[in-house]
Amino acid sequence: MPKDSGIGASPKRREDLRFLTGAGKYTDDINIHGQTYVHFLRADVAHATINSIDTSAAATMPGVVHIFTGADFEAVGGIPCGWQITDRFGEPMQEPRHPVIAHGTIRHVGEIVAAVVGESLEQARDAAEAIVLDLTEKPAVVDMKAAAADGSTKVHDDLTSNICYDWGFVEENRDAVDQAIKDAAHVTTLELVNNRLVANPMEPRVAVGEYSRSDDMHTLHTTSQNPHVIRLLMGAFVLGIPEHKLRVVAPDVGGGFGTKIFHYAEEAFCTFAAKAVNRPVKWTSTRSEAFMSDAHGRDHVTKIELAMDADNNFTAVRTETYANMGAYLSTFASSVPTWLHGTLMAGNYKTPLIYVNVKAMFTNTVPVDAYRGAGRPEATFQLERVIDKAARERGVDPIALRRQNFVTEFPYATPVAVEYDTGDYEATMAKLEEIADIGGFATRRAESEAKGKLRGLGVNCYIEACGIAPSNLVGQLGARAGLYDAATVRVNATGSISVMVGAHSHGQGHETSFPQVISEMIGIPEDQIDIVHGDTSKIPFGMGTYGSRSLAVCGSAMVRAAEKVINKAKKIAAHLLEASDADIELKDGQFSVAGTDKSVAWGDVTLAAYVPHNYPLEDIEPGLEETAFYDPANFTYPAGAYACEVEVDPDTGKVTIERFSAADDFGNVINPMIVSGQVHGGIAQGVGQALLENCAYDEDGQLISASYMDYAMPRADDLPFYTVDHSCQTPCTHNPLGVKGCGEAGAIGSPPSVVNAVVDALQSGGKNVTHIDMPLTPSRVWDAMNNA
Amino acid sequence: MYAFDIERPSTIADAVAALQGEDAQALGGGQTLIPTLKQRLAAPSKLVSLSGIGEMQGVCVGDDGAVCIGGATTHATVSREAAAHYPGLAALASHIGDPAVRNRGTIGGSLANNDPAACYPAAALASGATIVTNNREIAADDYFQGMFSTALDEGEVITEVRFPVPQAANYQKFLQPASRFALVGVFVAKYADGVRVAVTGASENGVFRWAEAEAALSANFAASALDGLTVDADGMIGDLHGSGTYRAHLVGVNTKRAVEAAS
Repeated sequence: MPKDSGIGASPKRREDLRFLTGAGKYTDDINIHGQTYVHFLRADVAHATINSIDTSAAATMPGVVHIFTGADFEAVGGIPCGWQITDRFGEPMQEPRHPVIAHGTIRHVGEIVAAVVGESLEQARDAAEAIVLDLTEKPAVVDMKAAAADGSTKVHDDLTSNICYDWGFVEENRDAVDQAIKDAAHVTTLELVNNRLVANPMEPRVAVGEYSRSDDMHTLHTTSQNPHVIRLLMGAFVLGIPEHKLRVVAPDVGGGFGTKIFHYAEEAFCTFAAKAVNRPVKWTSTRSEAFMSDAHGRDHVTKIELAMDADNNFTAVRTETYANMGAYLSTFASSVPTWLHGTLMAGNYKTPLIYVNVKAMFTNTVPVDAYRGAGRPEATFQLERVIDKAARERGVDPIALRRQNFVTEFPYATPVAVEYDTGDYEATMAKLEEIADIGGFATRRAESEAKGKLRGLGVNCYIEACGIAPSNLVGQLGARAGLYDAATVRVNATGSISVMVGAHSHGQGHETSFPQVISEMIGIPEDQIDIVHGDTSKIPFGMGTYGSRSLAVCGSAMVRAAEKVINKAKKIAAHLLEASDADIELKDGQFSVAGTDKSVAWGDVTLAAYVPHNYPLEDIEPGLEETAFYDPANFTYPAGAYACEVEVDPDTGKVTIERFSAADDFGNVINPMIVSGQVHGGIAQGVGQALLENCAYDEDGQLISASYMDYAMPRADDLPFYTVDHSCQTPCTHNPLGVKGCGEAGAIGSPPSVVNAVVDALQSGGKNVTHIDMPLTPSRVWDAMNNA
Repeated sequence: MYAFDIERPSTIADAVAALQGEDAQALGGGQTLIPTLKQRLAAPSKLVSLSGIGEMQGVCVGDDGAVCIGGATTHATVSREAAAHYPGLAALASHIGDPAVRNRGTIGGSLANNDPAACYPAAALASGATIVTNNREIAADDYFQGMFSTALDEGEVITEVRFPVPQAANYQKFLQPASRFALVGVFVAKYADGVRVAVTGASENGVFRWAEAEAALSANFAASALDGLTVDADGMIGDLHGSGTYRAHLVGVNTKRAVEAAS
């Protein structure tokens, strides 16, 4: 019998009632008396010197409250980068100033050039059209390899080049890897592009700045995945506001996918301007603005080499990647192609020697930062593509080649600095073969061929590092923040519980799954437990939600806080039952004395804590509220195996996904339904990347996929019904719930299997196609077929 | 958007009069015009909505057997009401955009805009339709004059479109993956006096007739009749979603498929 509550049950998501009935409260729903509206005048050229900005005519237009330009922000800090990378020569990365408003130079289409605060949005927009810019255009730096060449136009004149850093990992292994590749019986080489993406959360970004003169208090309402991170970055580094005078509120947030982690110029602007004009200032991004101001994702150009011995054992991996940073360093941009990417290059395999080189490039494009998976999809894609190519070159079965090279003993220290605590890659592969009916593929291929279609099967494995992160480790690697999390469990007098968490839910279902854990621990109904998140004035200083960390890190903090609560409650129960607290047991919401029928209910104990008439006041304080901070000992390592089956129409190149199966090992699972939903959404985004999505610039730095007319999002009819399974469970060994994280797996694990499947289909049709760069649009597939 | 006045006349005569004003602009279903206004890419002083004009609504069959569609009739209405009379046309209407687009967008609006990737121009041209306006009748062969360009004069309103009903017809649309407009759409219509083939989405000059295919299919209405025929890639649209060569190839594929589906 499946459970109907607690850990392992699948109660429906309680938050969906308000989301689906229009009762959600999003940032754009916040309207404050006296509010003004800002319209940002954004650059329509990629690279230019700003000779002058004439706002005189605009300033006199109806409804204009104030016009700001870059000069108004000279005295405040730039938008900070949260991670310093040290290059392979021991030097720190180049870190240009990232102004709130462009000052002197425009560096990407969409950069803010001026801001008009008006009584209405339309008036502000009217006035912005009257601002006169005198610009001298400069050549745009778009192509990363050209940007690296000597003599290239520089994005930042004050830097020595367009190379942010040239990173080598593990640098000490460089020569050994070179030698291993020279000595190999076979080397498979693949050059590929990990296509640039736009996150496109359903809710665009919004910021509302507010200032109270009576208590010198700043409030920023914003669409963020991590309000405390924003408070720290904006308060300490940009605006110089101490934490106790700055509140950041992120209410219901309609999807993040990474792009709402970062501190953005618009947030700093609204906070700054609210004090300057002494009125609330609101900005709501249009979808067009989102395309050119939300941080983009991916955008790597990679060459990977896989060396094998004569028996097809992997002996070395060497990669060279150009990673696009865009025009400025977004909050975690520098960490994505390095520590979130290089450390995963071992994949699920016991390759002994690995060397990863990454050149991070400045270009005249929108900043690039973490997007669902963040570095790990890039690592997985290149590794799982090159393995597939190697299997074809060696004439061996791609599943068998993977199996042969699996890591099988845990813990396993990779040659790229991380230690997998647990896993069973053979189990997930076996599960995949079962649920994907790999054995029935030949029959299905014959059926497709009878219809004139080419059918292909693609398989891949993945591993990711989640639950970021041990603070002392990431500190050594350059992180400028701790990456613990925090939770406060507040038990109310009548026994209900409010849990204040540092994690932020913007689609993950925390309001449902977190109470399942508390309910399991205490034995009271889930509806007695509420989760509070998203407001720095209510929650402890936790670091928010990204990198599939919420349950593994914040959930662990919640468990620790709940354990403290239970320990204290047992002392109170012991007093009420006139027993020793060592003899008190808690089960199903009842405290009992072991071996007796004496018991007291949860609610009676909690009432005693707040009405302490009969209470051991000499030993313990009244009240029942505890906070815990949790800093993980290691990353968690979800892993799995995915299979995709496609049909390709040889006349048009159109790819349709016929079957998609995912066997994941997430360790213990709290709410299987929510986990399945996370995998479904992740696969949709992975398939989107593989087949549809492409953020493209022309050579002048113009964004040519700047709307849904040209940027293809996956729709329901682009996707099959998935078969997902998470019954293979090797619990994490170092966190109290044994959980690993599931939010990004689908997006990490799916693109290689799609591309592997299409290549397999084309090969079956006699086409010598070994690779097609994503997205595999009909025209690209047709071109590949007809040029093969 | 910029400020504008709006009028909602209830007769064609009133609409035509209202459109005489300087910078007045007819508003059909607004599926192109409203986004354009929101982007501030157009600044009409006045919009004249055609949606309240009863005499421009609905589908009927004329004395000559032609299907007559009011200029302000939505795609959804055409897909329902033309289905019994001209199923190929109704099927085309049922696949334009999404339900929201189909319940607002109109046939007159689509033909007046003449987007090079719109569906209706292919149907009108392949059917030899007559575009009826407030002051004249225009043959489809004379009406389409290149991308976003038509024979309409300033202030002229499409009041009705008359489609002679073919013996067989089919429209094959290959979707542009993002917009889901036609990357290439081909409408094939077989009449007693010959076959007409119209192509949308492909050419830099907008919808066009593929004369060689028409001749081949008029002689032998079978997909095999198209073997060896190709469209010249010169003048085809090339963009993020496909080269001119690819589009030219898809013209051939879609034409064959349309013939197979219509046969």
